[in-house]
Amino acid sequence: MIARRSIFAAGAALALPAAAQPARVMKFVPQTDLTTLDPIWTISNVARNHGYMVWDTLYGTDAQYRIRPQMAEGHTEEDDGRRVTVTLRAGLKFHDGEAVRAQDAVASIKRWARRSPTGQVLLGYLEEISAADDRRIVFRLKRRFPQLIGALGLPSSPVCFIMSERLANTDPFQPVREAVGSGPFKFMHGEHRSGSFAAWERYPGYSPTPDNATGLTAGPKVVHFDRVEWHTIPDAATASAALMSGEIDWFEQMPPEVSTLLERQRQLVVDVMDTLVFPCSMRMNHLQPPFDNPAIRRALLHAVNQEDFVTAIVGPTPARFETGVGFFTPGTPLANDEALGPLKGPRSIEASKRALRDAGYNGEPIRLLGTTDIISTSAMAQVAIDFFRKLDVNLDIALSDWGALVQRRNNRGPVAQGGWSVSCFANSGMDFVNPGTHNSLRSDGQAATPGWPSIPALEALRMQFFDVPELSQQQAIARDIQRVAMQELPYIPLGGYRSLTAHKRSLVDRVKGFAIFWGIKRT
Amino acid sequence: MFAYIIRRILATIPVMAVVALFVFSLLYIAPGDPAAVIAGDQATPADVERIRQSLGLDRPYLVRFGEWVWNILNGDMGVSIFTNLPVTTMIKQRVEPTLSLMVLTLILAVSIAVPMGVVAAWKHGTWIDRCVMGFAVLGFSVPVFVVGYVLAYIFALELDWLPVQGYTAFKEGFFPWLENLVLPAIALGGVYIALIARITRATMLEVLQQDYIRTARAKGVGQRSILFLHALKNAAVPIVTVIGIGMALLIGGAVVTESVFAIPGLGRLTVDAILRRDYPVIQGVVLLFSFVYVLVNLLIDLLYTLFDPRIRY
Repeated sequence: MIARRSIFAAGAALALPAAAQPARVMKFVPQTDLTTLDPIWTISNVARNHGYMVWDTLYGTDAQYRIRPQMAEGHTEEDDGRRVTVTLRAGLKFHDGEAVRAQDAVASIKRWARRSPTGQVLLGYLEEISAADDRRIVFRLKRRFPQLIGALGLPSSPVCFIMSERLANTDPFQPVREAVGSGPFKFMHGEHRSGSFAAWERYPGYSPTPDNATGLTAGPKVVHFDRVEWHTIPDAATASAALMSGEIDWFEQMPPEVSTLLERQRQLVVDVMDTLVFPCSMRMNHLQPPFDNPAIRRALLHAVNQEDFVTAIVGPTPARFETGVGFFTPGTPLANDEALGPLKGPRSIEASKRALRDAGYNGEPIRLLGTTDIISTSAMAQVAIDFFRKLDVNLDIALSDWGALVQRRNNRGPVAQGGWSVSCFANSGMDFVNPGTHNSLRSDGQAATPGWPSIPALEALRMQFFDVPELSQQQAIARDIQRVAMQELPYIPLGGYRSLTAHKRSLVDRVKGFAIFWGIKRT
Repeated sequence: MFAYIIRRILATIPVMAVVALFVFSLLYIAPGDPAAVIAGDQATPADVERIRQSLGLDRPYLVRFGEWVWNILNGDMGVSIFTNLPVTTMIKQRVEPTLSLMVLTLILAVSIAVPMGVVAAWKHGTWIDRCVMGFAVLGFSVPVFVVGYVLAYIFALELDWLPVQGYTAFKEGFFPWLENLVLPAIALGGVYIALIARITRATMLEVLQQDYIRTARAKGVGQRSILFLHALKNAAVPIVTVIGIGMALLIGGAVVTESVFAIPGLGRLTVDAILRRDYPVIQGVVLLFSFVYVLVNLLIDLLYTLFDPRIRY
C-alpha cells in the first residue's frame, strides 16, 4: 500500500524544510475557537482554559474542591476578620520578566470583581483593597466575608486571574489585547490565527507552588509538553477523523454519535472530561403568564423526567449523566437532596395536566425558545417540545441559533410582543457549586438573569450564605435554598450530563475537570 | 475597450453602495446580540447592557451606518467585536486559503469538465455520453459535505495518503500546500465540473450541427481539430459565462468545504462571524465577496472579445 506522504514524497523533498518543531508538542482540538484572549471580558470555557495556561491565581481548587494557595504564600485575618492580608510568594515573574507585585493583584481583583457574581458580592463587603507593599494585598472589609478566599480560588468563570497592573487597569467591559501572565504557559501572539490556530510554549520561569495539592487548579502545575497547539476544527466528524489518523492528540468535546465511533479505536481513549456534570435547567419567564404563576410552574414537576433530557444529550450510558439533580452540582459540598421528591419517582403527564388545570392554566401561549447549533441545548429543546406537546398546552416553538436566542430571551414582554415563556440551558458544573457563583439562582426580579424570578426568601438565604464560615452551616443554608427553590422554582433542574473527551491512549495523567495542560504527559 | 473597462469599474461603485446598505440594514434588523453572546449564559441584564454600550451597539442606526460608511471610504473596515483585530487583518489572514482552494478547484474543474463535455458531445448518444451525463447528475445531486466526508474517509483514513484536515501556506512549499488542498478541491469541484460539463456538451452539440463544421469535415479536417479548434472556440462564450456564474457556487461551496476540511479561509470566517453576530466582520466579508463577484463578471465580459471577435465594447 502506498503510505501517507509517499504520494507527495518526491515533491516534498524539493520543498523547503519545515521549521524545526519542539520535541514535545501536544495538538489539541478545543470545543470552539479561542476568539478572545481575555477570560474576564468573556466567560467562555475556552477563554477560561486559555486563562489557566497563561495566568495564575492566588488560590486554586484541589480534587476535593478545597481552596489551596497558589500564588499566595498564605493569608492572615485580623480585626475579627475585617482585615485580611494575602501574601504573595517570592520570586513570581510575568512572562515579560516583570515581577508579580501586590499592586498587580489588587488591580486584577478589582477588575474581576466587577464581572464575577461572587466578586460583586465581595464589592458589597469591601471598604478598600490595597497593596501594603510589593507582596502583601490587604482587604479591609465592612464585615467578615468568609467566602473571600474561596471566591479568589474557584475555577468558576470568570476566574480571578492575576494580570499585570498594566493589563488589569483595562475597563472590565473592554477586552485586554495581550495575554501576558505568570502561568505555566506563554501565549505565542505571533502565531495566533483567530478561527484556526493558537499556540503556547512552556514558560521556563514558572514558579510552582510548594503545596503538593493535586487536582483541578491547585498544586505545582508541572508541564510535560514544550508546546501546546490548539487546532480549531469546527466539524466533529472531521476532528474525529483527524484524531483517528493521528494528526491530533486530543479532541476536547464531541457528540455521542462520534464518541461511539472513537470508542472502537484501540489507540484512543474516550473518557468523561470531568467528574462533575453540566447541570441542565428549564428556565421560565416569571414576568409573564402562564409561568408568572408558581402553581403552574410546579405543575410541570409531575411530568419532568430528568433522564429524558440528559440522555438526549449524551445517550443512555449511565456513567455519562446523573438524575435526581437539585440546584447544586452533584458531587460538590453543597449538593443535597432536600425537597427533591417531586422530581423523583414515577412521572405522570396526566398528573401534570390535572395540576395545570387546577392551577388555572387557560390556554395562554407558551413560547419555547431553543437552539439549533449547540448540541446540549438543541437536544433539550427537542425533548421540551415533546414534553409540552404531551401536556396539550398552547405551544409556540421558536428555534434559532444561540446568537439569536440570547438576544430574544432578553425580551421581557408578553409572547404577543416577541417575548418568551420557557427555554433550556446547560451550565458548567463549577457555576452551580455555591450561591455565590450560581447566577441562575438569583431571584432579585428585574436584576436577575433572564426569567427574572423575584423570590425574596431565596435572596435572603443567599446573603446569609456569605456570612457563615463553616461548611456545615453553609450546607444547612444550601438545603434551605433548595427547599425554597423547589417550592418557587426559579428554574426546574433537568439533571446533569458529563461531556466526553477523546485522546490518544499514549496520553496519561490527564487532570479531570476541563482542558488542563499540566500533569498530562505522553508515555 | 479601455473606456469600457473604466465605465464598468466606476459602475461597481453604486453596486457596492447598494450592497453596503443592504448588508448593514439586514444585520441591523436581524435577531442577535453580540453583547449577550460575550456576556455569557449567566450574565445579568445590567452586564449585557454595559457591554452593549462599550461596543457602541446602543447608538442609533443612522449614526452607526454613517460611521461605518465613512470608515469604509477611508479604507477602514472596522474592528472585530470578538477578536479585537482589524477586519482587514482578519481578511488578509484568510484570503490565501480561500483563494488557493478556489483557484485549484477552478483549474481542476475546467481541465476535467471541458474535455468531458466535448467528448460527450462528440460521442453523443453512446455509453460515454450517458456516463458523462450520469456523472453530471451525480455531481449536482450529492452535497459537497458528503463528497468531502467520503473522500476523507477513503484517502485519509483508509489509504492514509492525504491529511484529513488543515491548510499549509504556499510559502511552506508547493507540495505540502497541494497535499492539504487536493481533497477539498475535488469535493468542491464536483458540482462545478457537472455544471461546466453539461453546458459544454449542450453548446458543443449545437455547434457541431453548424454548416461550417460539416464543411470542415468535408475538407478532411481531423476530428481533434474540428472539436477543439473549430467547435470549442465557437462554443466558448456560454461556457465562459457559466464558469463566471459558477464563481458564486464556488464561494458558497467554499463555506461548506472549509468547514469540513478545517481550512481557515474566508468561508469559515463568514460562518463564525454570523454565528457570533460579529457585525463588522460579516459586513467586511460580504462586501469583499460582492466586489469579487462584480470583478469576475467584468473579467468574463472582457473574455468574450477573445472568443468572439464580433463582440465589441
